[in-house]
Formats: sequence, C-alpha cells, structure tokens
Amino acid sequence: MRYLPLTSDDRSAMLAAIGAKTIDDLFVDVPAPARRDGFVDLPRVMGELEVERALKALAGKNTAAGDAPFFCGAGAYRHHVPATVDHIIQRSEFLTSYTPYQPEIAQGTLQYLYEFQTQVANLTGMEVANASLYDGSTAMAEGVLMATRVTRRNKAVISGGVHPHYVAATETVVHAVGVETEVLPTAIDAEADVIGRIGPDTACVVVQTPNVFGTATDVTKIAEAAKAAGALLIVVVTEAVSMGLLKSPGEMGADIVAAEGQSIGNALNYGGPYVGLFACRQSLIRQMPGRLCGETVDADGERGFVLTLSTREQHIRRDKATSNICTNSGLCCLAFSIHMSLLGETGLRKLALLNHEKALATRDALAAIAGVEVLTPRFFNEFAVRLPRPAAEVVERLAEHRVLAGVPFSRLNPGAGMDDVLLVAATETTLDADIQILAKALGKVLAG
Amino acid sequence: MTSTMNTVGRPTAPAPSAPDHDYKHPTLTGGRGLLQDEPLIFEGDGWLKTGVDLAEPTSDGGDLGDLVRRDPIGLPGLSEPEAMRHYVRLSQKNHAIDLALYPLGSCTMKHNPRLNEKMARLPGFSDIHPLQPVSTVQGALELMDTLAHWLKTLTGMPAVAMSPKAGAHGELCGLMAIRAAHEASGEHEKRRKVLVPTSAHGTNPATAAFVGYTVVEVAQTDDGRVDVADLASKLGDDVAAIMVTNPNTCGLFERDIIEIARLTHEAGAYFYCDGANFNAIVGRVRPGDLGVDAMHINLHKTFSTPHGGGGPGAGPVVLSEALAPFAPAPWVVNDGDGFKLVERAEDEAVQAFGRMCAFNGQMGMFVRALSYMMSHGSDGLRQVAEDAVLNANYIKARLSDVMSAAFPDGPCMHEALFDDEWLKGTEITTLDFAKAMIDEGFHPMTMYFPLVVHGAMLIEPTETESKAELDRFINALRLLAGAAKAGEVERFKGAPFHAPLRRLDETRAARSPKLRWTAPEGHNMAAE
Repeated sequence: MRYLPLTSDDRSAMLAAIGAKTIDDLFVDVPAPARRDGFVDLPRVMGELEVERALKALAGKNTAAGDAPFFCGAGAYRHHVPATVDHIIQRSEFLTSYTPYQPEIAQGTLQYLYEFQTQVANLTGMEVANASLYDGSTAMAEGVLMATRVTRRNKAVISGGVHPHYVAATETVVHAVGVETEVLPTAIDAEADVIGRIGPDTACVVVQTPNVFGTATDVTKIAEAAKAAGALLIVVVTEAVSMGLLKSPGEMGADIVAAEGQSIGNALNYGGPYVGLFACRQSLIRQMPGRLCGETVDADGERGFVLTLSTREQHIRRDKATSNICTNSGLCCLAFSIHMSLLGETGLRKLALLNHEKALATRDALAAIAGVEVLTPRFFNEFAVRLPRPAAEVVERLAEHRVLAGVPFSRLNPGAGMDDVLLVAATETTLDADIQILAKALGKVLAG
Repeated sequence: MTSTMNTVGRPTAPAPSAPDHDYKHPTLTGGRGLLQDEPLIFEGDGWLKTGVDLAEPTSDGGDLGDLVRRDPIGLPGLSEPEAMRHYVRLSQKNHAIDLALYPLGSCTMKHNPRLNEKMARLPGFSDIHPLQPVSTVQGALELMDTLAHWLKTLTGMPAVAMSPKAGAHGELCGLMAIRAAHEASGEHEKRRKVLVPTSAHGTNPATAAFVGYTVVEVAQTDDGRVDVADLASKLGDDVAAIMVTNPNTCGLFERDIIEIARLTHEAGAYFYCDGANFNAIVGRVRPGDLGVDAMHINLHKTFSTPHGGGGPGAGPVVLSEALAPFAPAPWVVNDGDGFKLVERAEDEAVQAFGRMCAFNGQMGMFVRALSYMMSHGSDGLRQVAEDAVLNANYIKARLSDVMSAAFPDGPCMHEALFDDEWLKGTEITTLDFAKAMIDEGFHPMTMYFPLVVHGAMLIEPTETESKAELDRFINALRLLAGAAKAGEVERFKGAPFHAPLRRLDETRAARSPKLRWTAPEGHNMAAE
C-alpha cells in the first residue's frame, strides 16, 4: 500500500519493542462482540491508475459548466480563477498545515488570514471580519444568533428576497434555540417591506442584495429603521464580486454582513467547499463567531500574528462559546485572498463591470424573445425572467441541447407560485456566442 | 589556524563560529537566509496595480445610478510575480505534514495524497454547479452515493447525512436529528439534557448548548474511561443524548461502550459518538456494532482530505435506523431510473429536520475522500488502523521511561497521552517543552487537552510515519527530556529560538484586538 511506510519487519520490531505478540494485543480493549476478523465488504487496494480511471469515468458523466453555454447562479457563480491561485494553495506549507495554533511556525497562515480579514472588511465596508465560516448560508445563521446575543431579543425578520436555501439553513438552526423568524412573502423587489415588520422584539432584519432574483437595493433606509428600533441589520451577499460595483453593505449601514466568498478564487465544486465571509462592527467583536486573527509582537518585539479572542470559542469556552465552529474554510480563504490580491481594486472594479455588461447583454437577448418577461428592475450579474411555461421543464429541455440555462426558482422554493420564473446569471466567462445560443435555443423551446 | 583552499583560493571549510553565538543574531534587513521578511500586501505601493488582464469594460454601471460604489475600497493589487513571491515567502513560515511529523493528538495529521487533489480538480467535479439539472450531474450523484456506501459499510450504519461541512457541523446535524426524533415521540420538552464526559472535545458541549441543551458532565475513572456508574446515575427521562468520543480523547478504547449504549437506550436517550478518532478503528471495528445512533466522520482526518491551515473539512453523519428518517435535505436517491437529489424534505413527506447549508455539502472533499478510500481498499484501511495504533504504542513504549504516560497500563489506541508529572521540579511546563520541540523541527503535540490530565501532551503520529521518522522523533523527545531533567531551563523557557518568530504575546493580542490593517494617518490609497 503506497501510503503506508511500515514494512512487515518494522511491524515485528515495533511489536517487540512494545511487548506485544500480535497487533490484536493492541486492540484488546475492544469488546469481543465488536471485534471483526477479515475485511469489510468493499473493494481491495487499487493502484493510482485504477483509481484515476474509475473517478474520471464518474466525472465524465457530468456536464461541466465550461463545456456548455452556462447561466446558473443563485448563490454559486462561475468565474475565471487565475492559475496562480491554484498553484499557491497546493503548496505543501499551506495545503498540509493545521489550524495555526502554534503561531511561531504558522506565520504564513496567520499573515494571510490577517490580510484576508482586512480584504473582507474593506470589500464589505465593515470594520472587522473573521477568518471565515463554512459558507454564506451558515454565516447568515450565525449572524442571526449573534444578533440575538447582542440585542437580547429573540426575533429575526427576514426579507422575501433572501435565498430560500439560506432561509432554510438559518431557520433549521435558530428555531432549535427558540429564536423566532418571520419570513416575508417572496417578492422580486420588496426589501423595504421589512421596515413595517420591525418591532420591539426584533433582534435583526435580514436582507439580501442583490437578492435571490438579482435585484440590487439600497438598504440605507432599512438600516436607519432597524437602528431606530434597536435592531441590527444583517446584509446577505451571495455574489461577492457584486461589491466591486455596488455600494457596500457597510456604506449602507449594515451591522453584520454574511456573504458567500466562493465567487472569488474558488470553483463551483457542486456546492462546496465554499467560504463564508462574516463581517461586523468593531463594537460587536466579542459576540462574533469563528476564528479571529490579530496582530501582536513576539518575545523579541517583532510583529507577528496569532489567533485571538479565543475565549469566545469552543475549545476554551465549551458550552459558553459563541459558536460550535472549529474547522472553517482556511484554504478557501487563501484562494479568495490570492485572487483578490491579483485583482486589486482596479481589477475587481473592472471584473464587476464586465459581469454587469454580460448580464445586460443576456437580458437584452432574452427580452427580445416572444413570451419572455424580464422581472428584475436593476441587477448586477443575475436577473429573473418569467417564461410562458414552467421554468424547470424549459431548463430540462435546454439541458438536452447542452445549454445550462439557469436555475428555475421552483427548485429553490416550489411553494412560492413562481414555477414560471427562471434565474439567469452571466459572468465574465460568458461569451457573446453563449448568449446567442441561449437565446436561440430558448426561443425554439418556447415556440415548440 | 590553517584552512584548506581549493584551486581558486576559496576556503573549503567554514570559518569557526563566534564563541558567544546567540540563538538569533539580528540581520540588517530582517531577512534570515531563506526566510524573507515579508510585509503585508497593504504595506506596498500597489493600490492601483492589478495582476489580472481583463477586457476593458465599455460602460461605467451608470444604469445603476446611486447604487454604484464610488469611494475607494482599499484593495491593493499585485502583479503575478509579486503575488507569487508574497505567498511563497509566507508559505515558508509554516510547518506542514510534508515537512515533518505533525503529532497533534485528535487531529490526525496524515499524509495527503496528491492523487486526491488531482481528482477533485477534474472539471467534471470542480466545474459543476450545485443547481444544474440533475440529468447533467449523474456522475456527481453517483460519487456521493458511492462514498455514502463506503461510509455506511465501514461504520455498519444504515444511513448517512452527507451535507455537514465539518466535524462540529456534523455534531450539530446529529443532535438536530436526535432532537427531531424526541420531538416526533413527544418527549422533547422533558429531554433537555445532554451528557458529555469531562474529557470531550470542546465542540461537544458547545454543540449541545448551541441547539439549546443543558450540558451535564460525566466523570471519568482513574483508568481514563467514562465512569459508567456516574453515567447511569445521570441517565433518566430528562436526558436527550450522550456524546461520547470513542476511542476517547485519552487515546483509549471505551471498554464498556456496549454497556454505555445499552444504558443510554434503556433510558430512552440516543448515543452520539464523536467520530474524530475513527482512524484508530477503521476497518476493524464498526461503530454500528457498538450501539451508536449517530456519528460524524471527519473526512479531513480519517480519510485524509487536507487540513489546509484550518479547513475546509467535511463531516458526514452516519445514522441508525431510529434517526435516519430525520436526516436533513438534500440527499441522493437511486430509483433505478438514474440518481435523484431530494432537495426539499416536504416533497417526500418525511420527517427531515431541515437543511444544514445552502447546497449539497463538500463535494470537493467527497472526491478526495473516495479517492483515498479506493486507493486503500478494505484491506488497506484495516492496515491504516493497525499501523496508526502500532505507531502510537511504539511511541508510548519508547518514551514511557523518560516521560510519564498518563495511563501506563494496557495499550493505547492511535494516540499516546502523557502528563507533566515527569516535569515536576524542573520549572519547565508542558508549553515550554512543546515550544522546544519546535526548535528541533517538530510540530508540538496537542497540549493541555484532554482537560482531565494535568499538563496533557497528546501525541498522534498516524500511520503515514515510517519507523525511521518515528525513531527520529522519539530520539528528539528523549534528548529534550534529558535536557529538561538536567536543568537546562533556558532552552525551554526561551523557546523557540529557531522558528521564524519567538513566542508571541497572546495576552496583548486579546487585550486591545487589532484584527485588520488600517491606513496610517494621512495615507491616501488612491493617490499612490
């Protein structure tokens, strides 16, 4: 077995040093009924070539986004990631290191986490950011729980424009601790409706911009209303690149930002691993979930970085911790941070504009098709259209023609009465030819 | 003193070193040999620079009016060569498995095969969208189904929830399933306690509290196991679950585990097993045979998906028949007509407790884990457990005469636990000893955990260390132990001397937290 260095001579010598006759002597504490002789019923050892063949065969059964005109978004976006990113994250020192609990020999990880935190804080327009959570949806759940701790109130008001899977992931967790949620009716452009729902028991309002239909909203008034009522505003962002073009949540008065960072540096990966971005006001840091990296000095007075404020965390505080999170998305943070460093503000703004332009072009092409109605009034790189037929059916038909046309809203929320709504996203990877193929194929399917 | 010269008159032997060599002679630039002094990206001059060549946009987002971001964002850019150097320089300040033994107990820092990285990057896995039509991702669903089959077979459990994103997320999933089961039977209101041994990982009590349970600690016996009598006295109709790690955090197999499960079930509670230490028993013991109801499997431990400096991981949870109906969405089914993804529990009229995250779990980790499992096979995985346990016992045997094993009697499983009894009277603490290991080229072991052992040092070598590497490690620790007992206090108190940085002031970091770079007074990011 190529990954196991011990030889049978080694094993014999080591057993002798231990004073054991056979390996079974080391498993004597296993109760007799649970001891198993022989191998479990699974295939035996395979060479690298065989494993590679088997897995390539599985991969070959999927249609990769790069192999078809591709317009899926709804919380996961296909962007071009520079080759440098993937090379660096595969360096042994980053890939095969652990959580940086021994800062003297983990400054590489700690410094990039500090840079990552600064990048995320600046991108979101917030004062501080943590060293990541699992993904955007779990970040939203953590944000709601944090808001209840900060305000000592027990209710979250959630806009009808928040991604339904984010709402589901959040409700699953927060209901367990008795936090109430009020989710407003699904709507293309009704973020301001949350204002009328804020009451004295409201811990937070949650709005997403751009929302799940792509609608971009200035949430400043919502922030003011929340503040006046002593509630926090949580802004959810599922497309991080949007912040290169749109006003940041911080500029609009957000108290907490829960965002998905996959768009920058990370592949689609069929939904994971992704990287949850979590940022907030400085005054709230002691209630933050997750790891934080901070600056300090070493015994010689040299600047260095450490994980800090760990009295919030499970390994110190156990059942009094702010969250149970331990492993987070370290390497995905690194990918995010490298890609962001390569882009810089100049590149990010350009990238965001290119995304917006591609989406506008896609919208124009689809709007010209008879029976297609564009629903999203103003958007970044994704918008919703109403089709004269159920969107799921149309998407399936288009997939048969190797066009990945977008995400039917019914897949996210079948109960919303929006079976005819299709979410369409475009990015800098979208070719004009792709847009033409989509428009032509969609026109054909709708006419057929 | 004469020195030999070569034909161009260069000395061929180094000059004798200065007599008063201090451990870290300061250099003029802050650089030290291969270690470069590397500033933050924010401290350079790259405020307008970019390392990505993009097409020129033809618009300015004017259609978005006031929504457009006008103020500077504060994101410096690096050209590609600068970026490469920045990160490579940083990388060289990290310890890594690929560099040397990384004996962190409870963390299973084993070799990460690069085949797994290559497989996870096949476009058929990495470049597919979580909401593509399922007809276009049949291979992905088949992979998830295959991995689920391996996990169920290895654990002897009938079901598995794949979506949890890490171990603690898996614990959350397991406890949510348990809670849902109690709700279904109308017992949730009275069952509000979760029993957790004092030796548990911090995530166990944190998770129980996170979902609203009261944590009750269970005592431990002198031989490092759960005190069954204490457990029995605390079990009752107010207990929802017990959370027990097995093998436990002292590196020992819970001999009474079957009895513990029986008592738990008799009290109407469920048995959550923390599977962090599954590496010790994979292929030899099936948790299903021990009476476990739910157990997360850290794919980033037992199945070697890389730790990546703290993540990402994956924590699928195997479930018993009793808990399986409550598993969260989404899940994969094969109805004979291809694979389907059930994304909304209510569609199937089942009792799923909800959803753990936006999408389908850690696909990238699933590919790596299956690649790892297939590479070993059932025979190789059994050998993994045996070699992991053998390596730990070898370390324990070879160090027990100079250090004090916390539980000297009987074998340990895949980790060897020492206490600080042997350091008594030396002024040297567990922390000092660990920091001195850094100078010898090793990552410290897990320290001060489990909490039940004073000054704990928990060593987990894993199965991917050769005997030669173990001997090197053992020799280093023996030398250090000797130095400690000989009174070389400064070697330990001042350590590390040879790392990129000396000991860091964590108190200062926490007292006035500085969590991000901020521009110095008068700094203009746009003007540079």
